[in-house]
Amino acid sequence: MVQERTLPTFQAISAKLDKQEGLRLYEDMVLGRYFEDKCAEMYYRGKMFGFVHLYNGQEAVSTGVIKSMRSDDYVCSTYRDHVHALSAGVSANAVMAELFGKETGCSKGRGGSMHMFSKEHNLLGGFAFIGEGIPVALGAAFQSRYRRDALGDTSADQVTAAFFGDGTTNNGQFFECLNMAVLWKLPILFVVENNKWAIGMAHERASSQTEIYRKASVFGMPGYEVDGMDVLAVREVAQAAVARARAGEGPTLIECLTYRFRGHSLADPDELRSQAEKDEWQARDPLVRLEAYLIEQNLADDAELKAIKKRLEAHIEDAVKFAESSPEPSPDELHRYIFAED
Amino acid sequence: MAETLLFNALREAVDEEMGRDETVFVLGEDVGHYGGSYKVTKGLYEKYGPLRVLDTPIAENSFTGMAVGAAMTGLRPIVEGMNMGFLLLAFNQIANNAGMLPYTSGGNYHIPMVIRGPGGVGRQLGAEHSQRLEAYFQAVPGLKIVACSTPYNAKGLLKSAIRDKNPVLFFEHVLLYNLKEDLPSDEYLVPLDKADVVRSGKDVTILTYSRMRHHVLQAVKGIEAQGFDPEVIDLISLKPIDYDTIGASIRKTHRVIIVEECMRTGGIAAEIIASINDRFFDELDAPVMRLSSQDIPTPYNGRLESLTIVQPKQIVEAVEKMMMAQV
Repeated sequence: MVQERTLPTFQAISAKLDKQEGLRLYEDMVLGRYFEDKCAEMYYRGKMFGFVHLYNGQEAVSTGVIKSMRSDDYVCSTYRDHVHALSAGVSANAVMAELFGKETGCSKGRGGSMHMFSKEHNLLGGFAFIGEGIPVALGAAFQSRYRRDALGDTSADQVTAAFFGDGTTNNGQFFECLNMAVLWKLPILFVVENNKWAIGMAHERASSQTEIYRKASVFGMPGYEVDGMDVLAVREVAQAAVARARAGEGPTLIECLTYRFRGHSLADPDELRSQAEKDEWQARDPLVRLEAYLIEQNLADDAELKAIKKRLEAHIEDAVKFAESSPEPSPDELHRYIFAED
Repeated sequence: MAETLLFNALREAVDEEMGRDETVFVLGEDVGHYGGSYKVTKGLYEKYGPLRVLDTPIAENSFTGMAVGAAMTGLRPIVEGMNMGFLLLAFNQIANNAGMLPYTSGGNYHIPMVIRGPGGVGRQLGAEHSQRLEAYFQAVPGLKIVACSTPYNAKGLLKSAIRDKNPVLFFEHVLLYNLKEDLPSDEYLVPLDKADVVRSGKDVTILTYSRMRHHVLQAVKGIEAQGFDPEVIDLISLKPIDYDTIGASIRKTHRVIIVEECMRTGGIAAEIIASINDRFFDELDAPVMRLSSQDIPTPYNGRLESLTIVQPKQIVEAVEKMMMAQV
């Protein structure tokens, strides 16, 4: 195990958080965690198939960033996309049904785990190849600027967040898009979820400069390093970046130091990560941390949090029932959606 | 009517559509200040400004992916490939993103974008600049593929492509930009999915596209001199193929020769022959014949290069051979 990077300090006490906002963040994180736990169960029970990549441990990133955005902003994800979809407002029913391959899924059962889409929620995908979502996100951000500056639509101040992992930051599209985003001052957040491992490739074995946030500086872009296990820390950085983008001041790179509590996918034997490393990060569980903070700050008590958990547990059970009872796509529609319909 | 060069016909199409629909924009290498490598966007930067005629860095996969994202969110991008061969670098964005994403997303998104530029074998441009990507891309679901061949169809097809709701790969030919033709002064569109019967005839159907249309028309004189009456069809749409027009012709001639500039293996003709066998086998009096480029990287040397692609004389010979073989 290599020496862990020192996490940047954040004084949670400085966070401006009322009860409503605190519980909103908490619910989103619990929803993400429970949803993924249920996915593991359903995968092992043979209800979902293919490659399924779970998000456990990284919830503070999805919640901290997406809950700092508006519902008309854009989110672009990777193959580890269930929880981004949930944070963006796609229902647990629609995500679960997609995983079950059902017609009621957000991609009508055509996409699967790695291809969650929802136009209604401005979720751009669900991209399975490394880095390919970044240019797509850049296009959404360009579109906002185009509407504002070429078409004179002053209401076009939408921001786009592109999520991707540490492994992606060695891919050309990452650098190409950082360059263009600064060149054209696009309203975009590049959110790196540095969970230290690209399947079995340790970050320090793949990257000559392991501190990814520093890579922003050569493009003249602000880059921040943030404790990705602390939703309030992520939120604070994200809020500033969103405000900056919305004001037309350009892109921001945010490197969230985080960890996945499970293997790369449910098919990964996860043999390379040491127990000591896993234990160290497990002790930083972002959900436990937010719980402690909410209680400490008298924003919620134990009973309230338990009630939320119970409610979300039932909510996810309902999603499973919904997915199970939903129809499969009709064989008659095998060829539908290849081309746009009028 | 105004006599118009093909590259100007394309420019008029882009200009008219940009004027008609403010969500239409152009992006690519040297499309703005420079006016495009073949001057298809000349003057448009000055007219529409830097966001609507966007000069990009040399980053084909990222700017093509960016166009996909812009199309998903309501704009209508036209990507210019300075040379279509460069877009091999954007194969993933064209295939996985533009082509497949509408389906993968279950119809959440459609992607109205045009990817256009010069393809084909030019004059001693070397292998990398002499590509026929239509053959590589024809298997990608969700793409439409079109090849223009005259100033008239170039303009009308490009306008239709820009208005289409789907990704259209639009092939121009590097040696056809200076063709001249009188174009109507009134606006017109040419449908993307209709083959063009260039010459009616009764003896043999010759299917072709892009620059080979002109090789075939050169050969027609020789074919006529042999006493044969060929029907010449410019496919226009390479995906989907217009089998209605092809079928009607086969029912008349019962013989088919396909002349293409792409390589023989996995080419456009290979696909069409298989489909003709599926659909019209009973109508055929002879096996379908194809004349294709050699299965080699296009050589630089001029003589070798001309041996690589089909020449008009070979087309005359092929017709003669096919007609003589009949009993």
